[in-house]
Amino acid sequence: MRGTEGQVILAAEHLTKTYRSGERSLDVLRDVSFSLPSGETLAIVGPSGSGKTTLLGLCAGLDAPTQGTVRLAGEDLGGMDEDGRARVRNLHVGFVFQSFQLIPTLTAIENVMVPLELRGERGIEPEASRLLREVGLGERLGHYPAQLSGGEQQRVAIARAFINRPKLLFADEPTGNLDTETGRKVVESLFRMNEAMGTALVLVTHDLELARRAGRLIRLRGGLLVEDSGSGHGGRMGTS
Amino acid sequence: MAWRDSRASRRRLLLFTSCIVVGIAALVAVGSFGRALENAIEQQAKALLGADLSIGSRVRFTPEHEAFLSSLGGEQAREITFSSMIVFPRSGGTRLIQLRSLEGGFPYYGAIEADPPEAEAQFRSGSGVLVEESLLLQFGAVVGDEVRIGSLTTRVVGALRKVPGETVAFATIAPRVYLRLSELASTGLLREGSLARYRVLFRMPEGVNVTELVAEHQERLDALRLSVATVAQRQEDLGQAMRNLYQFLNLVGFVALLLGGVGIASAIQVHVKQKIPTVAVLRCLGCSVWEAFAIYVVQGVALGGLGVLVGAIAGLGIQHALPRVVADFVPFDVAMTVSWGAVVEAAAVGFGICLGFTLLPLMAIRRVAPLEVLRVAFEPRRRLDRFQWGTIVLLGLSVVAFALAHTRRWQDGLGFAGGLMLAFGVLALVSRGVIAAARRVRLPGWPFVIRQGWASVHRPNNRTLLLVVSLGLGTFLLLTLQWTQTTLLRQLISGQEGNRANAILFDIQPDQREGVAALVRENGMKVLDEAPIVTMRLKSIRGRPVEEILADTDGKAPGWALRREFRTTTSETLRESEKLTAGTWIPRVEPGVEPVPMSLEEGIAKELGVGLGDEVVWDVQGVPVRTTVTSLREVDWRRVQPNFFVVFPAGPMDDAPAFHVLVTRVESAEESARLQRAVVDRYPNVSAVDITLVLRTLDQILGKIAFAIRFMAMFTVATGLLVLVAAVLSGRWQRVRESILLRVLGASRRQVLRILLVEYAVLGLLAAVTGVALALAGSAALAVWVFQVAFAPPLAPAVWAILGVTGLTVATGLIASRGVATHPPLEILRSEG
Ligand SMILES: Nc1ncnc2c1ncn2[C@@H]1O[C@H](COP(=O)(O)OP(=O)(O)OP(=O)(O)O)[C@@H](O)[C@H]1O
Ligand SMILES: [Mg+2]
Repeated sequence: MRGTEGQVILAAEHLTKTYRSGERSLDVLRDVSFSLPSGETLAIVGPSGSGKTTLLGLCAGLDAPTQGTVRLAGEDLGGMDEDGRARVRNLHVGFVFQSFQLIPTLTAIENVMVPLELRGERGIEPEASRLLREVGLGERLGHYPAQLSGGEQQRVAIARAFINRPKLLFADEPTGNLDTETGRKVVESLFRMNEAMGTALVLVTHDLELARRAGRLIRLRGGLLVEDSGSGHGGRMGTS
Repeated sequence: MAWRDSRASRRRLLLFTSCIVVGIAALVAVGSFGRALENAIEQQAKALLGADLSIGSRVRFTPEHEAFLSSLGGEQAREITFSSMIVFPRSGGTRLIQLRSLEGGFPYYGAIEADPPEAEAQFRSGSGVLVEESLLLQFGAVVGDEVRIGSLTTRVVGALRKVPGETVAFATIAPRVYLRLSELASTGLLREGSLARYRVLFRMPEGVNVTELVAEHQERLDALRLSVATVAQRQEDLGQAMRNLYQFLNLVGFVALLLGGVGIASAIQVHVKQKIPTVAVLRCLGCSVWEAFAIYVVQGVALGGLGVLVGAIAGLGIQHALPRVVADFVPFDVAMTVSWGAVVEAAAVGFGICLGFTLLPLMAIRRVAPLEVLRVAFEPRRRLDRFQWGTIVLLGLSVVAFALAHTRRWQDGLGFAGGLMLAFGVLALVSRGVIAAARRVRLPGWPFVIRQGWASVHRPNNRTLLLVVSLGLGTFLLLTLQWTQTTLLRQLISGQEGNRANAILFDIQPDQREGVAALVRENGMKVLDEAPIVTMRLKSIRGRPVEEILADTDGKAPGWALRREFRTTTSETLRESEKLTAGTWIPRVEPGVEPVPMSLEEGIAKELGVGLGDEVVWDVQGVPVRTTVTSLREVDWRRVQPNFFVVFPAGPMDDAPAFHVLVTRVESAEESARLQRAVVDRYPNVSAVDITLVLRTLDQILGKIAFAIRFMAMFTVATGLLVLVAAVLSGRWQRVRESILLRVLGASRRQVLRILLVEYAVLGLLAAVTGVALALAGSAALAVWVFQVAFAPPLAPAVWAILGVTGLTVATGLIASRGVATHPPLEILRSEG
């Protein structure tokens, strides 16, 4: 499963993001660069408003940077239109959000299948139910999001994130809306999947415990990268 | 506070307010127009009749009549009207006309309008005829052209535009031609037994109370078989007709208002859902239930008031268009006056309805507990409390009250209100059903976009109910109109296939019968039926004179049946359209047998209260004839052929003054014209009716009526569209969120758009199909119960309706969702759960 280890799965170079509101412009990110080898785990930390979510979004191709480039799985996101980036996300990327973001009209298993359904794949129920079993929801396949607790919803989201066997998974404060115990279970699921599939993880978190479990840590302050525990070549160094 | 609170959602609320604007505008326009109609009738009352009093007879005035008429005094004018043929020698065109021979100063009030204006004086001086403008246009004739009427050859002196008190629609079947009375003799058309109407038109000196005068002479008038029209009567009849028209328009406008109300209710419901956290916070901060409620009531009232204001202004604008819409049915000029009373009334009704629909969802505010702050998602409880039930009952009652106030018979009012509520109910049930179906039926194995679009139908905060009700109601109304119109038309045309008769020659004198029949055959047509017609009146029934029965004050006497002139025939056999239902058919009796056996049509027998064996005495142009009812018949009146209430056996009536009718079939307009020309050339007194032409005219009239109705229905459709747009826009926020999520997960723009497309297509299709089903039921009910005709709707309009409504919904949905697919997906990371 670790066949691609050592290759760079994500490379961000000189990322700058400027928001303009009328006359004033606000630099949310300033010249941030880093790269992440396959299968590695990375935590992004920093005070509120420091640009963590923005950086994650740019890396995932959810928005275009004002300056700089992002290469994801060997493809340059800058040269693509939105549909192209959507295709890259669909093929290589998984997401877990703070607010779960399940589709309320779909059951748990249907939610998990969405990324593959969008590709038009058939016969994916077994894989989807296997993933749900893996996150401990084998009994809840037919339940709607409204019938699940927050933690259960988040585990459905994790199953969904892994259904397309992503090379890279982005998670923005995945435990932010959960109690400590549930958060811990969710994190367990994440790391277990990361282990099992060799998926690289990019986590944004305020939870230092969680950040410590990641192989590498990036700290932002006021849009600047102020600390990168593995700025060399992505070794598994200790954390701060 | 209310103002500040509305800040964020003001635009959306305004959009929904516009839903009610259209309905209010319709009510205001119709209400104010209705008042203007009444004023016009009031002010132009005398011009509606053109005289103070009109006395008419079906027979030539006898010396006895004349003595009575001159005893009444006043200035008198004479008019004799009958049907005849006109010939335009230049083009060779012939057509049935209504020839009016006039002498004297009529109309005393209002004027006959002609082009050129001096033509009126010219025809009065005997230098020619005034011919209906549309007739001149039909044959490309111009002023100065020669025309022939009977054996009179004269000139067209002008085009007739308007006669006081008459509508354009009325004159289209038999166009009017005015001739000076002294010229009538030279046409050679008016003979003994001809069907003509003789009128004397009076102008009374100041101070004469015409109504009293008529009441004073009523007995004499009845005895002389004279019919009377007074200004007061005419005003009342016309007032009633106009009220019917206005009330009808009003009801249609009301439907638009109700639909707008539903739109408002749903907007408020969305608004309330979004405001629940705010309300909960306010409550935590110590705001009382009623204070919190009041904030939103003030908002609702302000919005409703704004809608009413804008609607009223728009309505006054629309009122300008109404006179043109109904121009062909209104026999006078309607001045554009604004009736503020009517405006206020309509605005008040609109505001009341609007308020009801606003309060209904707003009441949920009262139940928001401070505790809701802590809840993540609050779904307003489904169950309605007693205030909400009260509001619903109140709304229902006001619909019934409005319907009752705007219909003449309470049955109609209840029928309208019931039908409307049924339509709303069915549409609401259907949408509920489909929401439940979408929740349960998952369409396994279908492509993802289709499944997702289908599932959207039941997503939380879906607009399914609103869309299905508004679009369904619009479809229902338009299609019902369309189908009813075609059903009525088809009914009229049904005699047109195969070998059915479609042309009638009448006023044939006994000595011309053979000749006309031969002429028809020479022209290659068949004589399909032929009958002698003897006109007569009832003299007594079972020994009681008609005057006595009429004088009965219990009001149950069937006046029209007793007074009418019967066109009877003699026949040895039953016609194809007749069926014997009682008694025996007697083909022939020897002349001189008394009483003469007679067959009555079932309906008229019932009307007159006459049965088998009863004695009836007829007045056959002055000669009393004693008869007994020996059989009853059922008659299919829809056939184009001579049909009769009264049929005598061959024999006894052979010497009575009669004229003949002959029925044939023409295959084309050219053939019809050829036959008419040939007949009129040789027998100028014979008239011809081409049924196809009559049908075409009726079609036009129906078309005009339908136009007026459709004009009003458009208000409902416009409201439906507004509700559609508003509904789509109000659901947009969720749509955007879900689309972004899908795009984050890798959906392409096309996939997102397709999901939207499927959702709107499902909703549009559903609304259209339900609307079509309702229209089917509605127009079938109208056809069977109101018009009593067979109902066989053509399918094409239904297909068009379904395609059109679905297309419109999808188009509106996609246009309103513009941008959904282009929002940067990053937003999802910042949105809250
Ligand atoms: N669309 C926008 N327009 C203007 N400024 C924006 C916009 N989106 C984000 N910002 C600003 O960018 C800055 C960084 O936002 P970001 O969401 O990346 O912070 P964050 O580090 O994720 O904070 P938190 O820990 O609170 O989630 C903030 O100051 C925010 O106000
Ligand atoms: Mg953030």
